[in-house]
Amino acid sequence: MIQFRPIYVICVREFKKFFREKSRLLGTLARPVLWLFVVGTGMSALIRPQAGFSYVQFIFPGMIGMTILFSSIFSAISIVWDREFGFMKEMLVAPISRLSIVIGKAISGTAISVAQAVIILILIPFLGITITFSQFIEVVAVAILVSFCITSIGILIASRLTSLDGFNILMNFLVMPMFFLSGAMYPVTSMPPALRQLTHINPLTYGIDAFKHVLLRGSKPPLGPEFSITLDLFVMLAVSIVMLTLAALSFRRKD
Amino acid sequence: MSLINVQNLTKRFKTLTAVDDISFTVNEGEVFGFLGPNGAGKTTTINILCTLLSPSAGRAEIAGFDCAKHSDKVRAAIGLIFQDTTLDNGLTAYENLKFHAYLYNLDRRLTERRIDEMLNIVELSGRKKDLIRNFSGGMKRRLEIARGLLHYPRVLFLDEPTVGLDPQTRNTMWGFIQDLRSREKITVFMTTHYMEEAENCDRIAIMDHGKIIALDTPSRLKELVHGDIVRVVTADNKQAAIEIENKFGIIAREENGSLSVETEHGDEFIPRLVNALTVETRSVSLQKPTLNDVFLRLTGRTIREDLMENGRAVMREFVRTHRRAQR
Repeated sequence: MIQFRPIYVICVREFKKFFREKSRLLGTLARPVLWLFVVGTGMSALIRPQAGFSYVQFIFPGMIGMTILFSSIFSAISIVWDREFGFMKEMLVAPISRLSIVIGKAISGTAISVAQAVIILILIPFLGITITFSQFIEVVAVAILVSFCITSIGILIASRLTSLDGFNILMNFLVMPMFFLSGAMYPVTSMPPALRQLTHINPLTYGIDAFKHVLLRGSKPPLGPEFSITLDLFVMLAVSIVMLTLAALSFRRKD
Repeated sequence: MSLINVQNLTKRFKTLTAVDDISFTVNEGEVFGFLGPNGAGKTTTINILCTLLSPSAGRAEIAGFDCAKHSDKVRAAIGLIFQDTTLDNGLTAYENLKFHAYLYNLDRRLTERRIDEMLNIVELSGRKKDLIRNFSGGMKRRLEIARGLLHYPRVLFLDEPTVGLDPQTRNTMWGFIQDLRSREKITVFMTTHYMEEAENCDRIAIMDHGKIIALDTPSRLKELVHGDIVRVVTADNKQAAIEIENKFGIIAREENGSLSVETEHGDEFIPRLVNALTVETRSVSLQKPTLNDVFLRLTGRTIREDLMENGRAVMREFVRTHRRAQR
């Protein structure tokens, strides 16, 4: 069912294309950098440090989450590009399982997102934040799980998206709400009940919550993490498995 | 031995029956063609054979494997060249082929040698490290042929392989395919709506409205049209016309200084005609009916007329006639 050579070569292709398209790397990195350095430092002048954390420090877990969100969704959307430009057919008529295609895309998307999250982490010294080496390792570990989860969601959507026209709808009605309802930029605990419900069904909320566990250690809500780390990691894993399974099934459908 | 076996195959989409109860077999080593206007069901049939669609009824088998049930076995046995290019523009020629080799689990030691061999055959060795983005339409098609055959498939499917290519590139492409056929002993299954292209096939199935309305060799199909056209120029055309009517009971028409005679087996008629005429014969030519005449005979329409129904085809036709006019 799972074939390693096809998964390997699908990943290699994605990495090659990623490094060849410098604009894509620049695009996904520019957004969090802008938020952290421009909005973050600007807002820090307005908002006083609370419980020993500055505003930049508070939004940092959210910015890693945002980097992963956009990078993972973009990687997954490459499936729609592949379909539009015909390359998907090359994979679909090959003697490989649909699950291998989906896993190949998920692994490559995850690796690319984690790499970008690490680049953001390297910026830490310029923001006046310090983290320990063990925190760094833990952030990377959580980033792998969050990236895998978001990429899986993206792949499932991409498997049902027939053209790139749907991309804007996806960005405005899914990706942006996911970002705003995740507690990345402001605490969501004091939001109206209806919106609170939405934050609870948003997988990204749990991902950013896990980052807060590592980076805002010891702080309490509304600033710090809302759920237990076990719940965060469990949600990430469960969502990934369900999404990937559905995506593989969706690719198998032949009409 | 039959390599492709199709029995009572039917494919229905909501209200449309795209393929309507067709049966045929393709022998090993054969070049088999589907000829018909756009929307006749050719591509749907290919998509079922290459496991991209499942049939509504009936069976399709390749190399003994059921296309719907043993997809992976069927996929490993076939190579495909689709109507639209399926190369990755962001990769080089070599990387596209290597990707393919990995997907088809080609022996690692064999891969490099095979890639070089195929690039050599389609005359793209010099462009191995170039991005596909910079390739012309003809070069992309050649690379796709190389890729389609990389994993030693038993059947090569070509779906409208030369649409959008100029006549010269089209001929070169057929040169490559014939060349490869003699080396690799593969079976070729193709669809087309170009008459000239269908002439390259050993056998042709003519499709219309989802059904196969005729299936035979190109020359036998053309025999369905009774009447080759023999054109003869003589020293005295009027006298010759009288003699032809008296001896063969055929009325010859005179146009542009030559006589044209419609007859079955024109090739056999020519020597008899030359012997029978008492006036001096200056030239004789034989015009064979084309596959377009066959299609006309069977359906009452020409494939070209059918093309005109389709908006995109109208543009294509427009561009082609204009190109022809310029020449």
